[in-house]
Amino acid sequence: MCGIAGLIHRGKSSNVGNELQAMLQALKHRGPDSTGYALYADNDGQNFIMRFKVGENVGEGSSSINEDESVYDKRKELVDDMLKNLGAKVLKEEKLTPYSYRYEMKYDEDLMDFSKKIESIESVEILSIGKSLELIKDLGDAQEVLDRYDLGKVRGTHAIGHARMATESGVDIKSAHPFWGYPFSDVSVVHNGQLTNYWNNRRMLENKGMRFMSECDSELIAVYLAEKMRNGATLEEGMKDSLSGLDGVFTYFVATKDSLGMAKDTMAAKPLVLYESDDLVAMGSEEIAIRSILPHEIDTYDPFDGEVKVWQI
Amino acid sequence: MANIKTNENKTKAQSMGLHSEVLTGKTQQKFFNPDEAENFYYWGTYDVDFNKRIDLDVNDLDCKEANKKIDELMSQGYGTIVIKNPQGKHSLGVGVLNKLNLIFEGSLGYFGVGSIDGPTVRINGRVGWSCAENMMAGKVVIEKNAGSCFGAAVRGGDLICKGSVGARTGIDQKGGTIIVGGDAGAFTGFMMQRGRIIILGNVGINLGDSMYDGTIYVGGKIGSFGSDAIESPMTKSDIDWIKRKLKVAEIGENFDISKMTKVVAGKKLWNYDALEPTEKKGAI
Repeated sequence: MCGIAGLIHRGKSSNVGNELQAMLQALKHRGPDSTGYALYADNDGQNFIMRFKVGENVGEGSSSINEDESVYDKRKELVDDMLKNLGAKVLKEEKLTPYSYRYEMKYDEDLMDFSKKIESIESVEILSIGKSLELIKDLGDAQEVLDRYDLGKVRGTHAIGHARMATESGVDIKSAHPFWGYPFSDVSVVHNGQLTNYWNNRRMLENKGMRFMSECDSELIAVYLAEKMRNGATLEEGMKDSLSGLDGVFTYFVATKDSLGMAKDTMAAKPLVLYESDDLVAMGSEEIAIRSILPHEIDTYDPFDGEVKVWQI
Repeated sequence: MANIKTNENKTKAQSMGLHSEVLTGKTQQKFFNPDEAENFYYWGTYDVDFNKRIDLDVNDLDCKEANKKIDELMSQGYGTIVIKNPQGKHSLGVGVLNKLNLIFEGSLGYFGVGSIDGPTVRINGRVGWSCAENMMAGKVVIEKNAGSCFGAAVRGGDLICKGSVGARTGIDQKGGTIIVGGDAGAFTGFMMQRGRIIILGNVGINLGDSMYDGTIYVGGKIGSFGSDAIESPMTKSDIDWIKRKLKVAEIGENFDISKMTKVVAGKKLWNYDALEPTEKKGAI
């Protein structure tokens, strides 16, 4: 069934890493397989942050094939060579796990061409590129992923996250949420539900040059919105269009560098509870997620069917 | 009770005509027997004193522990229980089968006060999905908003939300009354079979979709009618009944009831007309 959570501080920064962890931990019973964070951090905004993986987590519960860790290092070297060829200047690199990296880099050219070339290397997937987006996803619950990637200290303005129960595809990082809105920097999506016209849409979007990395139906939302935005639509316009373009049941969140949005399908089949005040919007699949960061009595509500909302920081 | 065909001595239940089945072979079936005292005992019910009041803080309890504690307090005769810090937890206050004043100072998560039979519940906050599902009797008042599937499959009693409710309110409703002070989402009264729903605000699309029977009254705008839901004229008895119900619910004091829209089942569902009246009764 999956659990999703999101929050946006308006006009200030906060410890979004810990806040989102608390919200996702409260939703653990909805999705124990993997957890993902899309944190919009207080970076200097000058350089791109690229998070990528060169292999899968093959730990307990994983559906991935076990690989020798030595192949990870070879793939990483290939990525470094490709970055050099593309003219990207790596300013800082961090090895977070044997299979995932965070690079801070300078790059001024087209991100779509860049991503295609990097991902042409076997088993390499860019999890995100952005100037404030830090997208982290891995197997385990919210606490485990937070500890593994040291997210407790991340401060920022907004964040979305996902606790996944694998139903449509495997238990692996590539199928975990959030999905990056390839090839747009700083765009991420989380989804709760099932999309029933996934293959039709996927074929159509692939013909238009868009890329899919997994067979998870939720990835379609990120690609669908990215394609709309590529053709000049605003985020809100793309989201409103998705209510008729996507078939199935869904509640999803999208975040960009300076905004956070939610959309609910026309059947209102998937839950969402929303809290809105002048300086904070918090939402989640269940009220307990919001209560985990706002323990005092608050007014919340369920958005209605077919509702789309977008907030700015 | 197996193989009673060979038993010449009829049980008291059989002689009273409570059942007449003749069983052969092994069976797990057990019939009501008025000779057995335990059959007159309604499991899980208590005689409580409304004047005996206690506060229960559930902040550090999970839903099972909290519900067990409520049961324990009822067994000690407490008739008014005030729950502090419910913090949106799921399944609180479910399965209360006796008279009780149950007050929640805060909000509930999903499946709050489900399957209750008799208590009077007041929730000062909001409730999540499927509040009071399968409620059989009693009164539940929610001061703020409610999530989807509000009052799913209720069989009796009064279920009142002073704020707005989500989608599929009164889905599969089998009796009782649901009253909403604000708006309601899509598919309100979906597949309802009996009972009545009063919505003072607007409702979303597909109102009363596939309803078998029952009545829905709407004070505001209707997104669209669902399959087999039709408008019916308001009568004086409708207005009098709604007036009385709103008074009980303590909402809509100055509301113009005469302008409400009454929605009933067209009863043109698949094979519905082919049924005899007695079969129709059985079908719903």
